[in-house]
Amino acid sequence: MTCDLPLSGGQDKRATLALTVAVCACLAAVAFGLCLGATSIPPSRVTSALWRELVLGGPGAAEGEHFIVVGLRLPRVVLGLEIGAALALAGAMMQGLFRNPLADPGLVGVTSGAGLAVAMTIVLGEQIWGGGAQWLHVAALPADAFLGGLAATAFIYVLATRGGRTSMTVMLLAGVALSAFAGAATALLSYISDDRQLRDLSFWFLGSLGGASWGKAAILALALTPALLAMPWLARGLNGLAFGEAEAFHLGLRAEVIKGAAIGLIALAVGTSVAAAGAIGFIGLIAPHLVRLMAGPDHRVLLPLSALCGATLLVGADALARTLLAPAELPVGILTASIGAPFFLWLLLRDAKRSDPT
Amino acid sequence: MNAFIRAENLTYAVNGRKLIDSVSVGFDPGAFVAIIGPNGAGKSTLLRLLSGELRPSAGRIAWSGEPAEKFSPAQLALRRAVMAQGAALAFPYPVHEVARQGLAVVGRRLPKTQADKIVARALAVSGAQHLSHRNFLTLSGGEQQRARFARALCQLKAAQGHGRFCQALLLDEPTSSLDLEHQLALLGAARAIVASGVTVIAIVHDLNIAARFADRLVVLAGGRVVADGPAAQVIDEALVRKIFRASMRVDRESETGLPIILPQINSGRDIHAQAFLERF
Repeated sequence: MTCDLPLSGGQDKRATLALTVAVCACLAAVAFGLCLGATSIPPSRVTSALWRELVLGGPGAAEGEHFIVVGLRLPRVVLGLEIGAALALAGAMMQGLFRNPLADPGLVGVTSGAGLAVAMTIVLGEQIWGGGAQWLHVAALPADAFLGGLAATAFIYVLATRGGRTSMTVMLLAGVALSAFAGAATALLSYISDDRQLRDLSFWFLGSLGGASWGKAAILALALTPALLAMPWLARGLNGLAFGEAEAFHLGLRAEVIKGAAIGLIALAVGTSVAAAGAIGFIGLIAPHLVRLMAGPDHRVLLPLSALCGATLLVGADALARTLLAPAELPVGILTASIGAPFFLWLLLRDAKRSDPT
Repeated sequence: MNAFIRAENLTYAVNGRKLIDSVSVGFDPGAFVAIIGPNGAGKSTLLRLLSGELRPSAGRIAWSGEPAEKFSPAQLALRRAVMAQGAALAFPYPVHEVARQGLAVVGRRLPKTQADKIVARALAVSGAQHLSHRNFLTLSGGEQQRARFARALCQLKAAQGHGRFCQALLLDEPTSSLDLEHQLALLGAARAIVASGVTVIAIVHDLNIAARFADRLVVLAGGRVVADGPAAQVIDEALVRKIFRASMRVDRESETGLPIILPQINSGRDIHAQAFLERF
């Protein structure tokens, strides 16, 4: 009888293919990230430097190629993987939550909200706590960015969602308003800041992995852990929400719990990313979209693959940003925005054409 | 006395306007009940109250004697599946994944082969088997309804693996976009489910369909139950004129006494409407 044929075979095959492609691309991006830069280092010597450091326990040769690979590029690539994954995951979760493929943490003001919190911490933090406690500064930045991101996400969600339906118009326009407000407040802060603070602020505005360190990588790893652990549960919930909250309830899901968890995880991922590397846009829009094209909209596949795809995109873009103007370095935020903005416009026009019958 | 689902003095008000006004109604296990009534009578609101989606302003609902508030969403999902009216789908899921969503909670622990079997059978019963790999968003309204019916069936079927309890299937205008073939197929499937003990509560507009498929009709008007009983007793020309404000001829089938409702052209419109139309 034909009705007993397995139905999901084709789907599984597509997901497997997409996973293979994403893993290969990610490995390639990591290789580029370690080999390319102001000085190109051939893969064989990169491998041997990694081997000496990671397997032989590090001979302490803190100079030359060894230092470039292990001391500079490795933490940068690891941080890039984490931030790319965090931003793409936040984008995919946000699109599922808003039930809209055009939602992105950068576009709806979450990044600006987190950024304003970062700017306040940089400029006003020292006046509040005094300049002394360095560790406080290190811990306060991601924590404040998380709170800023959380406030922004909740604000947009409450404004744009009525009775389980999210208005795309309200969401995007509220995002514009929120970004404008956060931008104005950030500009005011930079106006009253001193020279060193101004340098820190402009680093944030541009978005760059230049300040990578193992400490930042560890914070990002901590922030990503709950999102990764919650992923299977959240994926089921977001699939259930695809028909709206009422239908999710009919299926037996607790929509409020899913929404709350998603908002918290988005804020955590975006906040810590912004605290570590500033405003890097459009990864959260592009990565989930590419995965949907390859493997379909099922969040059980979409969430993990988006994380992988976002990690690949950011590490690849960073490698490109370091080589385009070598020995000078382009902030990677400029690169992702100049690729992402036209991509967003294309998505918008395509959707407009589809929904417009004329 | 011991109805499976019982609503007592159910009232639902929005801004002081009572959409449902002290409705008391019970639903027995294995009954097919059609809710009929004009637009704005409160049919969908009643169904949403029964499903637990809306909280009543006053009154209570009990499932097998236990108050509905006691049940978590997951426990409710084991006892009833809902096919609501076309909510928009956000992403281009293929039809079989839409149907599989019925398993999201109640069928979470099913082995994959068994889940696949339930999905495939539900799609086949709903006449959506050939659509299973199509993008739900590109389907016609009727095809989407069949996919959504399959999803509700998946949920009911998977829930039966959790033990024996009464189940209900709530359908809000399930046949509104279907052609004749699929109207009969969907309602035939619903009747078959009823035979196995599931209660079906369906909002239906076509009185002939309601009279033939349902064991009992609940007539709603202005948020109140105005008639309740078998079709042969409930439907006559007076009720159709009074409740639906439509002039229809009601004949009877000779053996069963079931009503046959036929439209009459030129219902007595008021004089201004007549004048407006004549000048067209």
